[in-house]
Amino acid sequence: MGDTGWSWNLVRDVQQLWSLPSMVNAYRAGAIVAVTAAVIGWFMVLRRQTFAGHTVAVAGFPGAAGAVLLGIGASYGYFGFCLGAAAVIAVAARPGVGGLSHESALTGVVQACALACGMLFVSLSGSFLNGVNALLFGSFLGITDRDVLTLAVVAALVLGAMAVIGRPLLFASVDPDVAAAGAVPVRTLGVVFLVLLGATTAEVSQITGSLLVFALLVMPATTAQRLTARPALSLALAVLIALSVTWIALGVAYFTPYPIGFYVTTFAFVAYVAAHALPRAAATLWIRTTRSAP
Amino acid sequence: MSIFQHPFMVHALLAGTGIALAAGLVGYFLVLRAQVFTGDALSHVAFTGALAALACGIDLRVGLFAATILIAVLFAVLGERGRADDVVIGNVFAWILGLGVFFLTLYTANQSGGGNGTATVNVLFGSIFGLSTSQAALALGIGVAVTGATLAIARPLLFASLDPAVAAARGVPVRALGFAFLALVGAATAEATQAVGALLLLGLLTAPSGTALLLTDRPYRAMALATGLATTELWAGLLLAYYAPRIPPSFAIIAVAAAAYGTALAVHRRRPGRTEGRTPSMPQHSTHERQAAAST
Repeated sequence: MGDTGWSWNLVRDVQQLWSLPSMVNAYRAGAIVAVTAAVIGWFMVLRRQTFAGHTVAVAGFPGAAGAVLLGIGASYGYFGFCLGAAAVIAVAARPGVGGLSHESALTGVVQACALACGMLFVSLSGSFLNGVNALLFGSFLGITDRDVLTLAVVAALVLGAMAVIGRPLLFASVDPDVAAAGAVPVRTLGVVFLVLLGATTAEVSQITGSLLVFALLVMPATTAQRLTARPALSLALAVLIALSVTWIALGVAYFTPYPIGFYVTTFAFVAYVAAHALPRAAATLWIRTTRSAP
Repeated sequence: MSIFQHPFMVHALLAGTGIALAAGLVGYFLVLRAQVFTGDALSHVAFTGALAALACGIDLRVGLFAATILIAVLFAVLGERGRADDVVIGNVFAWILGLGVFFLTLYTANQSGGGNGTATVNVLFGSIFGLSTSQAALALGIGVAVTGATLAIARPLLFASLDPAVAAARGVPVRALGFAFLALVGAATAEATQAVGALLLLGLLTAPSGTALLLTDRPYRAMALATGLATTELWAGLLLAYYAPRIPPSFAIIAVAAAAYGTALAVHRRRPGRTEGRTPSMPQHSTHERQAAAST
């Protein structure tokens, strides 16, 4: 893809990478997306809402396809459908109404329905061959300054809202019964969180594609939660992992013919497996560092 | 000209019936065991399996079945009692999907010129109107085989799904059943991918069984209902797509299934005096089994 290939001279490679405005924008967008996805994903994993998260994520596909069909900006489609799917799941799958199996059946139907609509839109607009892959698997090329600005604004809103509801949400996620007894509005928090999840997936989908959003949401968060049980530390760790995975993947994808989605998922999965394989080593290391500290 | 004089329509109906039977029955247990996410993950695995087979130049179906059944068993191994944790599933399948994108690039790079997009579209969204006679016969055969195998283990599987602890105490091999069931889910997924595609088969797995679980609490009645609904919805979708050629068949099938589910949900919510969301009660005889287990 680049004019000159990989040179094993890291400094020169990075200079070459960042000399292109589109790559600089890709790095900016990647950073914004990684941080937001890691924070929201951390709570998603904690709340065991991975299936709902995945469903909301794929809802971006019909959104974007529908926007293409109508000839409006894809962003509107992404946000409309992701927020819509989040709202449907939040409203229809009320806790206490319907058991776990009903909730998962409903989520599954919402997801299948969304994907079927996406297929219809793509087939009606007749752009089957070119459109589908970009919508599903993403592209980091051609990100404009305006895109980055939009991403930053949405990320600031989502992260701001998370900062406000973060503490009660943590309480409500870890122990809903005690939280409800302590007058925490557990249900409202759940709905607000799903809506924020919708906004995040809408934002992340535009870079990673609808099918791979889930990787950025779930993988850094599980890796971090595997490594430490402390909420603040593992949240920070999730952000760090997501950011490094995205940035390294962007760099590698630039120099190789394979798509970014493959690298993001692979690097994140390597981190996850490492966190599983070396939990003891990490634990001993952690104990040592805390003991050596005064 | 009647519908049945078109070979493609006959093939679609034949293959579709086998696929719907398997998907409806397996889907019932999937929803009952709250393992829908596993089905979701396996449908994405099917995409990777198919594209890996295409990239290597072997028969697509070999890749489909190998990938879904292997990963299904892997999920069973990773979890306790033959059920994997959602988070583990999420991580594994997100990566496998990434691998699928890799194979997609590999495949499209090897293909010279046009036609590269159609394979992806077929895998993702199905091509039920494009089946040959042998493909349709094979699909029907596999569908019937999966249905038969599921029916054979239905009773112990039902017991193990509704009350694993008591079932284990009664000597039911809960873990082995979990393995066998997930392998069957894998086979059904690979099978259904050919009809409605990797992305949409989740609807065929969940919507009929979700509807059945809303309509009745009795396990065997719900099983029959889920299978019947899946078959009827698939036929209705095929007919719809036949008479309205602009609509892709996979969309028509999922739209009919989702509409039925939505109606059932609305009726269920409105009906007064019903305790909502009960888990299905065990059949009569199992009460005795339960008492026997408690007394021993």
